[in-house]
Amino acid sequence: MTQPVFEARDVSRIFEPAQGALQRLGDRLAGRQPPLVRAVDRVTLSVSEGETLGIVGESGCGKSTLARMIAGILPVSGGERRYRGEGYDSFLARKRDALKVQMVFQDPMSSLNPRLKVGEIIGEAAALHGVVPRAQIRRYVVETLNRVGLPADAIDRYPHEFSGGQRQRVGIARALAVKPDLLVCDEAVAALDVSVQAQIINLLMDIKQDSGLSMIFISHDLGLIRHLCDRVAVMYLGRVVELAGTEELFSNPTHPYTQMLLAGMPQISLKRRTFMPIKGEIPSPLAPPPGCHFHPRCLAATDHCSTRRPELVELAPGHTHACLNAGLTRN
Amino acid sequence: MSEAFFEVSGLNTWFFTRTGTFKSVRDVSFSLRRGEVLGIVGESGSGKSVTGMSIMGQVDEPGRIVSGSIKLDGEELTTLSFDAMRHYRGRRIAMVFQNPLMTLNPLMRIRDQMFEAISEHEPASHAEMQSRCIDALRSVGIPSPEDRLSAYPHELSGGMRQRVVIAIALLLNPDLIIADEPTTALDVTIQAQIIHQMRRQIDERGLGMIWITHDLATLSELADRILVMYAGAMMETGTTADIIGSSRHPYTRKLLESVPSLNVPGEKLRQIRGSMPSLLTLGAGCPFKDRCEFATEACAEAVPERVFSATHRVWCHHPIEDDR
Repeated sequence: MTQPVFEARDVSRIFEPAQGALQRLGDRLAGRQPPLVRAVDRVTLSVSEGETLGIVGESGCGKSTLARMIAGILPVSGGERRYRGEGYDSFLARKRDALKVQMVFQDPMSSLNPRLKVGEIIGEAAALHGVVPRAQIRRYVVETLNRVGLPADAIDRYPHEFSGGQRQRVGIARALAVKPDLLVCDEAVAALDVSVQAQIINLLMDIKQDSGLSMIFISHDLGLIRHLCDRVAVMYLGRVVELAGTEELFSNPTHPYTQMLLAGMPQISLKRRTFMPIKGEIPSPLAPPPGCHFHPRCLAATDHCSTRRPELVELAPGHTHACLNAGLTRN
Repeated sequence: MSEAFFEVSGLNTWFFTRTGTFKSVRDVSFSLRRGEVLGIVGESGSGKSVTGMSIMGQVDEPGRIVSGSIKLDGEELTTLSFDAMRHYRGRRIAMVFQNPLMTLNPLMRIRDQMFEAISEHEPASHAEMQSRCIDALRSVGIPSPEDRLSAYPHELSGGMRQRVVIAIALLLNPDLIIADEPTTALDVTIQAQIIHQMRRQIDERGLGMIWITHDLATLSELADRILVMYAGAMMETGTTADIIGSSRHPYTRKLLESVPSLNVPGEKLRQIRGSMPSLLTLGAGCPFKDRCEFATEACAEAVPERVFSATHRVWCHHPIEDDR
């Protein structure tokens, strides 16, 4: 097998909630550990050349934190990240190379500088890092605008002059301008209307086809994930619970959480669905349940689910899941 | 089927700003029977939320209802005074918004907020209010409601908060609930639970509901009838089967076709070209004509209403005749 573009091994991220000085002192005197949030808890995954990996999960599952660690804008608390086999420490230190991984954010209004013209937003990094000679930067920006379906005169306008969909195109152009190999899209179309969403998805598919870049597409929208991705990782409370090829995952989900997620997915159909009873709510990431995080809501949970953490095991080539009752859920 | 108890006809709600007049809602009419869910679907700027606000009598300056009528059990609401309308809001018509933190007071316990809603309209004894609150919370699937009463909103999860808002809306047994994107901000599993519980409440209590959303998939599972809006105007209305199964308006078709699950995975999504026109410069013709593949010169003229069945009506010069 060829080397993956990106690889994460046992990547974790721990946050310490903000606490007052008194609280900290109290904790220290009483010998208590301050509460920790394991936003991402030992996640292992990889993306190969030209592949689109989907990461799906509900709020609080750590998918955005993982995205930021992959993009290199958030350090890890543990584990290893590799770009084409090279560790992230040395990779990120060479600024020009670090541009190979780019991110597209959910809200273009808060990720685009409102005081810069679109031309400056798109051209800034490319010029600074010498991706294109400064003399040619204007022409390059126009070409990039063209690629994302924006008119050339957008170059001298400000982000607020555009609609939501167009702003997201600017965000994509900004990322593309430095010629990345890996594009991390974090809920990049979640805030857009259905018709605009379709336009942006098509644009991303065009870009992928033209330049063969790899993509990590993070979303809570199972329909989009199914449409766009080659493989999908399902996350729950900081951990990957199932990882499989898209068709395999949607036709033969084996983890009880994935099954529940797919059952809850609203679908356009005229059949009145009988709702599967869903137990409880997502627990707080501050105090996740012990053992398998999902066991309090799981219909197949047994005694050892509350004490042992399930590791990812391979069920079929390319299909892994983290469930202690694999035999029970396989059919 | 019972008679319609709620009727909107010829509603026009416009906003008069310095840049010009935004005709956010133009000639919108619909009716609702008890026990029925009407879904209003549209993208941003379609006028679906302004329609909801107009019914609640909560259109703020510089907007106002320019013409049209809104009738609940035969009584005209648009001409009511502010105080008279207050009597209706909450008690007979309740509203649920997308963001529960907008509705809930962060400084008040759930109990106090619920008691306030009751005592404002129908003062009752403490014990009676307590038991009504617990019943309402239980009916929307909140576990151990007795304990939740003393919680503050921030102590509850997003899904729980939205359930509390819905419980407050149900508290006074209203005739009509208007829900504006009530589950959009919630996770899939929670959304499915809430929709299921809403449907049960509607069937059990025989109340009418207007569910405003951009999400056709949710509506196909919940609504009895659907009204499709675009740029302030009605495009198509019919039973859920009419709209999902045999839509006639090119816009409805396009909207359905751009939903990923109705496309072949890995292929490009069928998209709608262009973007929504400005509400400032709309002429008499069809607002969708610039994006429509069937548009002709006729589409610049006033749009005719085409009746396909007793339930199914379309506003279009060139409705699609064949089934999908």
